[in-house]
Amino acid sequence: MSSVSRSEPTKAGTAGTLLGAARSLSLKDRYARANHNGRMTAIILFLPPALLLFTIFVILPIFEAGLMSFFRWNGYGEATKFANPVGFQNYERLAGNRAFIRALLNTGGIIIVSLAVQLPLALAMALLVAKRFAGAYLFRTIFFLPFILAEVATGLIWRFVYDGEFGLVSAIWGVWGAEAPFVLADRTWAIYAIMIVVVWKYFGWHMMIYIAGIQNIPSDLTDAARMDGATRWQITRYVTIPLLMPAIRVSTFFAILGSLQLFDLVMPLTRGGPSNATQTIVTYLYNFGIERTRIGFGSAVGVVLFVICLGFAVSYGRTLFRKE
Amino acid sequence: MRKRFAATNARWIGSLAAGLLVASLQGPAQAETTVRWLHIEQNPQILETWTQLARDYEAQHPDVTIDMQFLENEAFKTKLTTLLQSDDRPHIFYSWGGGVLQAQIEAGVLRTVTDLMRGDWEDSLSPAAVNAFTYEGEVYGAPMLVSQVGFWYNKELFAQAGVNAEEIVEWDDLLAAVQALKDAGITPIAAGGADKWPLHFYYTLLAIRLGGAEGFAAAMAGENDGFESDVYIRSGELFQQLTEMEPFQRGYLAAKYQEAAGVFGNGDAAMHLMGNWDYNTAKTNSVSGEGIADDNLGWFDFPQIPDQAGRPTDTLGGINGWIFSAGAPDEAVDFMRFFLSQENQRMMGREGFFIPVAKGASADIQNPFFKAVADNIAASQYHQIFYDQMLGPDVGRVVNDVSQDLASGVITPEEAAEQVQQAYEDATF
Repeated sequence: MSSVSRSEPTKAGTAGTLLGAARSLSLKDRYARANHNGRMTAIILFLPPALLLFTIFVILPIFEAGLMSFFRWNGYGEATKFANPVGFQNYERLAGNRAFIRALLNTGGIIIVSLAVQLPLALAMALLVAKRFAGAYLFRTIFFLPFILAEVATGLIWRFVYDGEFGLVSAIWGVWGAEAPFVLADRTWAIYAIMIVVVWKYFGWHMMIYIAGIQNIPSDLTDAARMDGATRWQITRYVTIPLLMPAIRVSTFFAILGSLQLFDLVMPLTRGGPSNATQTIVTYLYNFGIERTRIGFGSAVGVVLFVICLGFAVSYGRTLFRKE
Repeated sequence: MRKRFAATNARWIGSLAAGLLVASLQGPAQAETTVRWLHIEQNPQILETWTQLARDYEAQHPDVTIDMQFLENEAFKTKLTTLLQSDDRPHIFYSWGGGVLQAQIEAGVLRTVTDLMRGDWEDSLSPAAVNAFTYEGEVYGAPMLVSQVGFWYNKELFAQAGVNAEEIVEWDDLLAAVQALKDAGITPIAAGGADKWPLHFYYTLLAIRLGGAEGFAAAMAGENDGFESDVYIRSGELFQQLTEMEPFQRGYLAAKYQEAAGVFGNGDAAMHLMGNWDYNTAKTNSVSGEGIADDNLGWFDFPQIPDQAGRPTDTLGGINGWIFSAGAPDEAVDFMRFFLSQENQRMMGREGFFIPVAKGASADIQNPFFKAVADNIAASQYHQIFYDQMLGPDVGRVVNDVSQDLASGVITPEEAAEQVQQAYEDATF
């Protein structure tokens, strides 16, 4: 492979001599400048495979989904794929669909809970266990454990926990001699039950990001603040958290993106039910696009989700990440 | 350097070619055919018998290997579309016939077995069963069983509440029975609401009682407002009459079918509207593994609604069988010929696995419930295939969804009917 990069300037050189020595020199020069510390060589070496994979598995499917959202297709056979154009009908159906609006609201709710409950909790835990003390590792491991579990396994475990007859929740209720509710069967409460699982599952991961951030803060800064007579709370508020902002921005980004994509926790818990009360955008896509084999309609949902994600990523990068 | 590279390359290609040659020589010498058979059976006793039959076939045909693959019911339905278009597709897989089958046929992902089934095999089956797997004159599958949906009930719990099953003839009788059971502190009915299709039995059986065969035909033809006709709106109303009484076990909207079968099998609910197959499923999913003892178990048909188009003998159920993916080897069909032979069907009927479709095989049924159901189906002039299979995935799933929505009271009967009709128009325009 390395012969490719070596032959590159030579080829350019030969072509150059035919056109004129001056141009060949400038090409060579330009390449040499661009290749400062071998950067250009690295790009030529490493970009094509990544670009190829990215194009095949990301760019092309995005375009295909975008195209497909204007067709009706039942998922069978290439021949019928683009045979039934329906214009904007898939989008029109989507706009007026109550279940889809519920899915959007639920996804929004999960984002809010992630930001307002999960991240502060993760930060608090990180501040508690970031210092080295006996048992710090134990607590970090315990808090991080839920994140290690596979999503589907987590969903199945919590399904048992929430069972009103045999689950942990019913046992707790039983202490007071009350009959436990089946939260997952309740249209009002099911989504909150899912939010609890989301917080439980992912706060440990955000905590780890914060711990890494806290440990990167030079101890001279906190020491200096302490010598100046700052209280622990003041050190946290005016030294640690401001210096932690890059980590907080990253974890906020992931929390929002993760909430937008929430799927595999919901499926084993409620499958989006009862009666669409716990649909997220992605479970909606699965239930209404894949299960009903309406691939065009599902693609339209996918396009909407893509636009939301892209809009969020771009605006987030323009505002909060800009400082870096 | 370039030369050396070429030389290495040549050696490499040479060894690869040699390897291929060896492989191709080995191939025909063994002539091994692997038949991939995808099933959804979970009952250990049935599985054991099926595995034994597969081993028996392998013993008779040393060059054939039967590869039994399993997918859970819901996962199977969802995955099938993709699976059928992959290179790893199963050769034989389960089918409920109807619109789902039709969509598969039209997509060209199935192979016909018309010629291979003609003769003894086809003659041994009931024409209705073969018909369920026939499309435009070609046969696409081997039917195995018929089933009917009705009420299983627990005699002991009925006695406790002073309810007599024989007196449940009309819809209002059922409502009265539910009330009596509730008053006695007994959960009247078990339902796997999370799976949705167990609830669609109520909605569609009511439509069968109200509209009869003509009602369904008219809806399919788009006459009288199609699925938005009075028949379907009235079905939703009557269904909600029942669900407003809160007849199901607590948390039924989060329960899968298997869990509901367990609730009934444990004796925690007095009734379960389900197919005859629930006889086995309720046992498998009960805590004891035994379910309810036969002498404590009863069956009655879905109640009538007086002065309506539906006949009392009309039945809802399935004609299920095995279909073959495009490119499936003849061995796959031959294995099914063996697996579903008259003798084996008789055996499976005798063991109480299901109600076989082979002519005369039902005579061997020992299970009194299955015997009664077999008689019902034989007497039925209108055996409606499950709506969710009959109408194909795009419409059938909507029927399931609105049935759950009706049960949980989030939509009106009019809205439910409108959603089904819209899905039907979307699918057929």
